[in-house]
Amino acid sequence: MKEKTLTYRVIAFWILAGAVLLWYLLLVKTPDFKFGLDLNGGTSLTYVADLSKVNQANLEAETASSSISSTTGQKVDTAASAKLNVADSMAGLRDIIEKRVNEFGVSEAIVRTEYSTYTDENRLIVELPGVTDIDEAIKIIGDTPILEFKIVNELTDPETGATSTELVETGLNGNYLKKSVVSFDQLTNKPMVVVGFNDEGKQMFADITKNNVGKQMAIFLDGNAISSPVIQEEIPGGEATISGAFTVQEAKDLVQRLNSGALPVPITLTSSQVLEATLGDQAKADGLYAGLIAFAIIAILMILWYRLPGFLATVALVIYVGIVLLLFKTVPVVLTAAGIAAFIISVGVAIDGNILIFERIKEELRKGKNLREASEDAFERAWTSIRDSNIASMLVALVLFYFGSALLKGFGLVFGLGVIVSMFSAMVISRYFIRAVVPADSSSKGYKVMKFLFGSGFSK
Amino acid sequence: MFIVKNKWIFLSLSIVLVSASLILIFTQGLRRGIDFTGGTEVVVSYNGFSANEDGGIKLDLIKENLEKSGFTVKGVSLQKRDTAGAYIVSIKLTGDVSPSERVNFENAWSFNHDPHYEAKQISENIIGPSVGKELTRKAFLSVFWVFVVIIIFIAFSFRKVSEPVASWKYGVLAVMALLHDIILPTGMYAILGKTHGAEIDSLFVLALLTIMAISISDTVVVFDRIRENLKKRKSNETFEEIVGRSLSQTLLRSFNTSFAVILVLIALYALGPLSTRDFSLTLLVGIIAGTYSSLFVASPVLVLVEKFQNRNKIKNKKKKKA
Repeated sequence: MKEKTLTYRVIAFWILAGAVLLWYLLLVKTPDFKFGLDLNGGTSLTYVADLSKVNQANLEAETASSSISSTTGQKVDTAASAKLNVADSMAGLRDIIEKRVNEFGVSEAIVRTEYSTYTDENRLIVELPGVTDIDEAIKIIGDTPILEFKIVNELTDPETGATSTELVETGLNGNYLKKSVVSFDQLTNKPMVVVGFNDEGKQMFADITKNNVGKQMAIFLDGNAISSPVIQEEIPGGEATISGAFTVQEAKDLVQRLNSGALPVPITLTSSQVLEATLGDQAKADGLYAGLIAFAIIAILMILWYRLPGFLATVALVIYVGIVLLLFKTVPVVLTAAGIAAFIISVGVAIDGNILIFERIKEELRKGKNLREASEDAFERAWTSIRDSNIASMLVALVLFYFGSALLKGFGLVFGLGVIVSMFSAMVISRYFIRAVVPADSSSKGYKVMKFLFGSGFSK
Repeated sequence: MFIVKNKWIFLSLSIVLVSASLILIFTQGLRRGIDFTGGTEVVVSYNGFSANEDGGIKLDLIKENLEKSGFTVKGVSLQKRDTAGAYIVSIKLTGDVSPSERVNFENAWSFNHDPHYEAKQISENIIGPSVGKELTRKAFLSVFWVFVVIIIFIAFSFRKVSEPVASWKYGVLAVMALLHDIILPTGMYAILGKTHGAEIDSLFVLALLTIMAISISDTVVVFDRIRENLKKRKSNETFEEIVGRSLSQTLLRSFNTSFAVILVLIALYALGPLSTRDFSLTLLVGIIAGTYSSLFVASPVLVLVEKFQNRNKIKNKKKKKA
């Protein structure tokens, strides 16, 4: 028995050493916590994507394929392909917005898409930490630049002889762009924009120029004609030069917008949230303060109620806090005010395991067992209730994580992590601490003192 | 055990409180925040009001200004005074603020940027109506799934002690206790909505789910003890006695854990971030209700269920004999 105690003490020592290392890592060696917009300030914008065009295209594809399938007798899974197209469009949308946001140099911006089964909406959510001017934020997301190429037809009225012009759509637009660059006119040294087409666009552009030699080609940006050069000859190279009256900056901006691409689907802003950082700083300070006070309260209660085991549980709780905080940093978990609240509450809930065990120790002691037997039995018997009560709590956290909105998800994650670590803390850490101090049998030296230290704070 | 003996006294207190809450919820209604209805909330700090001759903030004046500019104001309320003495005011509109209305809107609450008031926007939250609808649905869905998952879990983990009471009934009782625990704070919100204009929002939903997460473990601990004692059942011991014994064995633990959590919540309420204050209050009420229900509701009702089953069995036997 004595040898065993030695083993326990060695394990307890290593746990303590690990705890010191853990807190050292936590305070010195690890990255900062990630805070949500409500704590760090920033803007969150929610857009709804208009997928009616994509859906219409799917519908057409569906009728087309159903006619095929009626002749071949093959079933075509159009529903699946429609979903794929929507997913593609949303992914494309996200990539383009991400690109724009990154070009603006917003660090750690989050761009994600979300589908709501209830409202049948495809949403795009953009979170911009540190941006607290909503107008600036909306500008970052930017509008879709619409670039169109049209042919100008000169019509002469046969009766009056008066001339009028007509614009003919060519179908060539910004969707066929590959890359645009700023260039300077060699004669006038004025800035101009050279747009390069992709293969499909190259072919279209060649055909258009071939068929319309001598006519004007009007180039429209966002519905305004910015330049209308005369087509001299067929242009097979797939490059068009727009020499509007640009300033250098305007040319650069246009190139940037063109290169970041047209959005595959139109989006409209439905919800927005802007939070000043000052409010968050206060919330962080308050959260830290409340957390420290809560910890102190628990430590005092535990030591009053359970004396030595209570003290050991407090040490285990320090380790618990360290592990959970380290998880927050390394997973990483984005902390919001609600998340911090969840963590503080989880500290309160975490001692439940210890309380269950210590009450059980007292019960087993009353049956006349010695400290060693009583504590070993207590850990064993308290296990089912710790296990089942924590699983039940965790199931609720899981439901939160799975079904909840973003806010509930974060909370569920924090709470769930807390529950798992608290089980470990009670069943492993506290256990070895208790084993390390409990004398092997009642004839050991200092047994009476130890028994007093294991008593309840309110009885002898 | 006094809890089981006096179960009707404890149960009637719960029945009264739950009924009162339900009546309040259905007659008074709950004020739904913009999370649910869609709309705009802007939080503004006024540094200059106290410097005015007659002092104090004039919420009516802000409201009047906004209405004059054509906004539908849902409410203007004082959140708190911060340590520097500034008034933190929350302005709520039923609709959103379009980019073209933005200048008008800012002029209205800042008194045309009058330096006397030193008005400054702290946060802004515009929520579209569809998001709100979805939140409502998600909230109900989450609560529903919690109930389903808990019943299945308890039915499974208590399957070995299905005598005398079937294990799924433990699950149903645990869920009943959870319902009790979330109805009471909701009733409180029906009152606070009337008296303080308190609104239910995402954090309220979160609070209810957290109450369930914490409270379920209380109930499971008591049930676990009943399970353990049933396995070691002495031949002459009645189910009622076993439940009573289990309750007295877990009473101190339930009290201690809940007391610790309640103190933590009080700390969070009094010292924690402003944004989670109402959240802490809801939790506080819910956790107290949860502790009560796991000790004084779930287990005593378990005894009633067993008695009810027995009576039916005896009746059936009599019928068969006849």
